[in-house]
Amino acid sequence: MSGPIFNKYDPFAEGDAEAGINETDNTAAEYIHIRIQQRNGRKTLTTLSGLPKQYDPKKLLKAFKKEFACNGTVVTDEEAGEVIQLQGDQRLKIAQFLTVEGIDKNTIKVHGF
Amino acid sequence: MASEELMFDPSLKKKKKKAVAFTEDPLGADADELEPTNVPPKDLDDDAANDDANMFEGMKKKKKKKVSLEGLDEPAEEANGDDMFEGMKKKKKKKDIPMDLEASPAPEDMEAEPTANGANGEEAVDADLFAGMKKKKKKAIPDDLGDSEPAPAADGVNGATAEDDFDFSDLKKKKKKAKKALDMEAFERELEEANTADRKSKKSKTEDEDEEEGEDDEGELGDDPFARDGEHDTGEGDEKWLGTDRDYTYDELLDRFYRILRQNNPELAGGKRRHTVPPPSVMREGNKKTIFANIVDIAKRIHRSPDHVISFLFAELGTTGSVDGSSRLVIKGRFQQKQLENVLRRYIVEYVTCKTCKSPDTLLEKENRIFFVQCESCGSRRSVSAVKTGFQAQVGKRSKTKAAT
Repeated sequence: MSGPIFNKYDPFAEGDAEAGINETDNTAAEYIHIRIQQRNGRKTLTTLSGLPKQYDPKKLLKAFKKEFACNGTVVTDEEAGEVIQLQGDQRLKIAQFLTVEGIDKNTIKVHGF
Repeated sequence: MASEELMFDPSLKKKKKKAVAFTEDPLGADADELEPTNVPPKDLDDDAANDDANMFEGMKKKKKKKVSLEGLDEPAEEANGDDMFEGMKKKKKKKDIPMDLEASPAPEDMEAEPTANGANGEEAVDADLFAGMKKKKKKAIPDDLGDSEPAPAADGVNGATAEDDFDFSDLKKKKKKAKKALDMEAFERELEEANTADRKSKKSKTEDEDEEEGEDDEGELGDDPFARDGEHDTGEGDEKWLGTDRDYTYDELLDRFYRILRQNNPELAGGKRRHTVPPPSVMREGNKKTIFANIVDIAKRIHRSPDHVISFLFAELGTTGSVDGSSRLVIKGRFQQKQLENVLRRYIVEYVTCKTCKSPDTLLEKENRIFFVQCESCGSRRSVSAVKTGFQAQVGKRSKTKAAT
C-alpha cells in the first residue's frame, strides 16, 4: 500500500464495466487542466480539472494533501465537473505527481504564469 | 521553445545578466584587495589639483601598498619610461574610443594624457616606478592577457592628473548601481585618478553597455578584473582598433562581420532575430492591480487583435481586468513582467507560430466559430481552439460576488 491509490487501479479490470467509453474519450480528447488563481496577498489557489473518470478525485485529493502538505477540497462545477482545489501554488508538483503516476504528460496542461 | 525565446528581445536580458555576473565578482575582488589602501578620493583630488608631483607621489605609495598587499613586492624594474608611456598611450586610446561612443569624458581623457605625459617626463623616477608597477601587476595576475590589464594600472598612474574624469566616472557609476558604485569608488580611491578616465569609462561602460555587448571580447582579454573593463570597452565600439596601433582580434572582426551582415541583409543573419516582440512593460497600480502598458504594441507585432490576446491572458492567469483610457491593460492581481512574458510566450506558441514552418508570420481568422491560423509564408492552415476560461474557483467573499451578479 505504499503507492498512491490509483496505482492499484487496473483500468481494464474495472473500467470496462463502469465507464469504459467515457474513459477513452476523456483521455484522448480532454486535457487535465491545472490552473492557478491569485488570492489575497501572496496566497494562491491551484485547481485541477478535467480529471479522467477512472480516477477518484477524493482519493487523489487525499494523496495530494498528504504529499504536498496543503489543504484542499473537491468542488463540483456545472461545466468542469469535479474540480480539485488545493491551497498554494502546487501546479508543478501536481504535474509531476501525475506523470510519475503514469498519466501521459501530453494530456496535462499547466496554465498560469 | 527555442524559437519562442528568441521572439522576445532576448539580447538585452541575457547579456545583462551575463555582464552583471561577471563584473560583480571581479569588482568585489578588486575592492577587497584595494580596500586596505583605501584613501579618501577627495583628498587625492585636492592633492592632485595642487601638485601633480604630490599626486604622483601619493600614487606611488599607494601603488606600492597595493603591490605589497598582493605579495608581489619586487624591486621596481627599470623599464624604459618612454616605452611604458607609449604603451600607456595606446591603451588609453583603445579605451578612449569606446568612451567616445558613450559620449563620456573622452575629451577629458585626451587632455589628461598630455598632462600625464608631462608629469611622467618630469619624473623619470616615477616612470620607473610605474614600469615596475606594470610588471608587478602582470605577474600578480597571470590570467590576464596583458593588454587590458596592465593598461589600467599604467593608465591609472598617468591619469593621476586627470581628476575630472574620475569624478565624472564616479557620478556615472553611482547612477547606475549603488553597489557597484561603492566598489568602484573604493577601487577608484586606491587607483585614485590613477584610474583615469579610461578605467572609469570602462566601468561605466560595463555597466551601461552590458546589454549591448557582454559577449564581444570577454574571452579575448582575460580574467583580470582590470581586463574585464577592457573587454567591455572592446565590445562596445565598432572598430576599436582604428586609430590604435594594435591589431584587430578575431572576435572583433567576427563581430564586425556579423554586424555588417545584419545591416545589409537582415534576413541572412540569425534567423532568430527576424521577429522580435518587445518585452511586456509591466507596472503595478496600487497594490492589487497590474498594468500591462504595451499590450497593443505587442498585439500588433504578432498580428493578433488585442482582444484575443487579452482574453487569453485573462484565461491563463485566471483573473479579470479591463482596458483603460490609454489602451493599457489593467489586470487584477499582482503579476511580474516575467510571468506575463511566459504567458505571452505560450500565446505565441499556440496562436501565432506556424506549427509547420515555425514562422510567426500568420493570420488568425474565424470561420464558422472556429479559429484558423493561416501561415503567410508556407500557406499551411490549422485550427486552433478558442480561448476558453476554465473553472474559476470562488475567491474572496461570497457576499460580494453575489452582489455583483
